[in-house]
Amino acid sequence: MTAYGKKLAIFLAASVALFAVLSALMFQGLIDAYLQRILMTICINVILALSTNLIINFTGQLTLGHSAFMAIGAYAAAAIFKVGVPFFLSIVLGSIVAAIFGFLIGLPTLRLKGDYLAITTMGFCQIIVVLIQNISQLGGAQGMTGIPGKTNFAWVFFSMIFTILILSHVVKSRQGRAMISVREDEIAAEAMGINTTRYKVMAFTLGAFFAGLAGGLYAFLMMFIEPTSFNYFKSIDLVIYVVLGGSGNFAGCIASTTILTILPEALRPLNDYRMVIYPLLLIVIMILRVKNIRIPWLSDFFSRFRKGGDKNAAA
Amino acid sequence: MTLVEFLQQLINGLSLGSVYALIALGYTMVYGIIGLINFAHCDIYMVGAYIGFFVSTDLHLPFVPTLIVAMLGSAIAGVLVERFAYKPLLRKASSISLLITAMGVSLLLENGFNAVFGGSPRSYPHNILTQKSISLGPVRTDSLHLIILLTSVVLMVLLQIVIYKTKIGKAMRATSADKDAAALMGINVNATISATFAIGSALAGAAGVLVGILYNSIDPYMGIQPGIKAFTAAVFGGIGMIPGAFLGGLILGVIETFVTAWYSPLSGAIGFIVLIVILIIKPSGLLGKKVSEKV
Repeated sequence: MTAYGKKLAIFLAASVALFAVLSALMFQGLIDAYLQRILMTICINVILALSTNLIINFTGQLTLGHSAFMAIGAYAAAAIFKVGVPFFLSIVLGSIVAAIFGFLIGLPTLRLKGDYLAITTMGFCQIIVVLIQNISQLGGAQGMTGIPGKTNFAWVFFSMIFTILILSHVVKSRQGRAMISVREDEIAAEAMGINTTRYKVMAFTLGAFFAGLAGGLYAFLMMFIEPTSFNYFKSIDLVIYVVLGGSGNFAGCIASTTILTILPEALRPLNDYRMVIYPLLLIVIMILRVKNIRIPWLSDFFSRFRKGGDKNAAA
Repeated sequence: MTLVEFLQQLINGLSLGSVYALIALGYTMVYGIIGLINFAHCDIYMVGAYIGFFVSTDLHLPFVPTLIVAMLGSAIAGVLVERFAYKPLLRKASSISLLITAMGVSLLLENGFNAVFGGSPRSYPHNILTQKSISLGPVRTDSLHLIILLTSVVLMVLLQIVIYKTKIGKAMRATSADKDAAALMGINVNATISATFAIGSALAGAAGVLVGILYNSIDPYMGIQPGIKAFTAAVFGGIGMIPGAFLGGLILGVIETFVTAWYSPLSGAIGFIVLIVILIIKPSGLLGKKVSEKV
């Protein structure tokens, strides 16, 4: 077996084992319904964060409107399901619709750079939210109800594993290297004959596909979707997950998403002040990161992921 | 639409646009000097509205002193944000970390005000500015829109004087052109950055008071929508360019007013639609210069 095959087998075995342990705990009632819901939210957020990661950290394009594709995936999947298509197929079709939108939006906007791109993607996000609000067939501003709770832990968990597998392969492929070269230096990449627009649009479309997948799962988990839950605040949450996770790093991204999904829940006893503590922590973490003062256990936790298996090779 | 209706809508659009322009100036000045989209700027506008509310309600100050106190208060708030949240990161962190910090400050101010003062909307005292309807020939408008337009124009003229005729204005222009060269010429770059935040925040605070009086309702999340629109206006005009922010704000306000009068569900998205069309045709904004890239 090649080294690569071994790594893949270990990863798959570990994820199946993790799934078995978590489901056993759920079956035994040690993980109650509330915790189960948080776990499923974490899985959905990880899918979202990884798809954002591909665009922001690997391709270097700052998008502030990624939640729009989640909205499209959620609404498309729910609408397709209501026509009579089976659950699995409607989620896949929803993701494909999101990917098509990603392509159509990415094509004109990705000519822009930096902050202009950020504001334009944010604009598209807002436009899509307003559009959905005005389509009465989709429930308009009141939101869409009557979606059955088809999403269970197995669906979200294995969708997450699927996302991790696909995206980690993408970034190691020829196309992935082209995306990284766009991030490193767009002009140099172009000089080397890389069609930068093509790879930027590719990253955007792929990111939109997985955001659509997360959206579909979210719709069938919540059983109710409303346009405002996909506005640009959701996109900003995604950017925060990705930036705290470290640049171009899968494990760090998963860890930061998990922590930042749990954190608001853990702060719930503080009531009104919960939403004050969260941004305060965010600012403090950002400042500490720059000053290289790290919370000991947390930094150990992150650096273990950051160096990964290459620890020995580097030393 | 008759000509009279058109002129009435135009006045409403210009007064809304002048508020956007006041906020957009702060975005564009900060962007010009440190390259940061200051997400917390729209909350400084909210802070200004609250300061104006407390001053006019509890101290019973008339309009002009209320406006001045609110401007001073928001200038202080802006400088505090810059000193405590952004300064530790400037030059050391990537621009995206700075952006996230700005988002954090924005959430902190919104949720902090919500936790401390409560989320229910408050309204300014009725006697601060009396609303009268004024006829200019056949065109009827109300005094509030005209006062807002007038106040904004006065503030923008003052800003032009500060930027082009004073020493601190010269320092700001120099720092925005080249930070290192400015430092070598003996300009205190840190103080200049703080001054930029102070001036931009004061303008946003003034806009907060004006809007608070016009709509007679302020709440901790009031900054979000105008903030997005003002930022759109700044990008629309060419971010970093002060005349661009004037122009972008006014045009956006007028377009928004007309489109809302024509088909109201679009009002939330129209700013962005205009922005996207402009950026795709001319990616550096209306007045932005095309900077050629060098390897």
